[in-house]
Amino acid sequence: MNVNSNAYTYTFATVMVVLVAVLLSGASLGLKSRQASNISQEKRQSILASIGIDVERSESDAAFTEYIKKSLTIQGGKVVSEDANAAFDIDMAAAIKADNMDRTVPLYVAEKDSETFYIVPMRGKGLWGPVWGFVALESDGNTVVGATFDHKSETPGLGAEITTPMFTDQFPGKKISEAGEFKSISVVKAGTSSGNYAVDGISGGTITSNGVNDMLVDCLAPYAEYFKNI
Amino acid sequence: MSVEVKQKEALFSKKNQKLLSDPFNDNNPITVQVLGICSALAITVKLEPAVVMSLSVMFVLAAGNVIISLIRNLIPNRIRIIVQLVVVASLVILVDQFLKAFAYDVSKQLSVFVGLIITNCIIMGRFEAFALGNGPWKAFLDGIGNSIGYGVILIAVAFFRELLGSGTLYGQPVIPQSWYINAETGTGFYANNGFFLFPPMALIVVGLIIWGQRAKNTKLVEEN
Repeated sequence: MNVNSNAYTYTFATVMVVLVAVLLSGASLGLKSRQASNISQEKRQSILASIGIDVERSESDAAFTEYIKKSLTIQGGKVVSEDANAAFDIDMAAAIKADNMDRTVPLYVAEKDSETFYIVPMRGKGLWGPVWGFVALESDGNTVVGATFDHKSETPGLGAEITTPMFTDQFPGKKISEAGEFKSISVVKAGTSSGNYAVDGISGGTITSNGVNDMLVDCLAPYAEYFKNI
Repeated sequence: MSVEVKQKEALFSKKNQKLLSDPFNDNNPITVQVLGICSALAITVKLEPAVVMSLSVMFVLAAGNVIISLIRNLIPNRIRIIVQLVVVASLVILVDQFLKAFAYDVSKQLSVFVGLIITNCIIMGRFEAFALGNGPWKAFLDGIGNSIGYGVILIAVAFFRELLGSGTLYGQPVIPQSWYINAETGTGFYANNGFFLFPPMALIVVGLIIWGQRAKNTKLVEEN
């Protein structure tokens, strides 16, 4: 058999493509439900982590029902639905396409040691892909108690450092509004932050840090409107 | 086929051992062949990603080499690069999918490397230069050998960059806190060198390693 003939080359390419396509789509379909449950468990885990509750991923479902009392859906600063599942299932990637005051976004209301916390989900752009996170606020809807961030493909050791305590530990105590006016928290050049409205960025991870900065402004704004009236 | 006339070779004959040890020094993929430099720049800021990347490359290179070697007589010459690319890409994606389902935490660590592994020139280089012309066992050894040669340099570079750039090793602080310059108390004499966090420093460290290696192993030095 002449492996370099045109006919053979075409046949080989076709067979290879079909085989690989079947293999990959088979694996993707077969593993989808397991992957989806891992992802939603992880989402619950990071929501809880933002108010300082660390649970194993496998136990996050139970802990979530224990601590998260309400999951609201907010639009333009008003509650439009109190259906917990509907709020949890909102796809942030799609939601943030709308202008930030028009979008329909979830707000999680947690209760820990008989104190109320508001947990705000956010999503934005990093350098290589999306970044997202949760910022937990005290019952005044202004003071931050904790934040968690995650990313799809930021550079390890540089942009990816936004997930580490070194970055997130700066958030507790910061404020998002001043005298009722929304201010957001800026992510500034590493080592230059001061006051209640700024945190240090990651040196070497400037674009990711700027992405987090923009995400905070963009995603906190609609909630600040809601918090004015609580 | 000449397989029958060939004498059966021992699994770890001298020649096969050389496949494992050569890439370690005389034929190191990074310092001698200067392949895989882009990933050496990108992920050597910290030790941990460097170790994860080395292990992933080891798996993909060994498995890919074996697959390519098994089908080497079936691959049409004109589309062999595309075939190699398809093999690496599907291997990496398949592993990533399984990890996402069964070892989610590991997959989170690895997800960022998927693209880096597929485009790693060491992998294509070994498929093209070795697996296409040798049997599966030899190709397997060659894959392991080259990925160790790659990993050693990666980890060495990451060691210096993490130690001097962040003052930590594998995420653990190693420089005593009291050494650091403290503006408030006026004590200390040491500061992390932020320059080590940037890619150019990786190139310089790789350059120093190449210099050291050639100073010891003079047969690598080219005549001018």
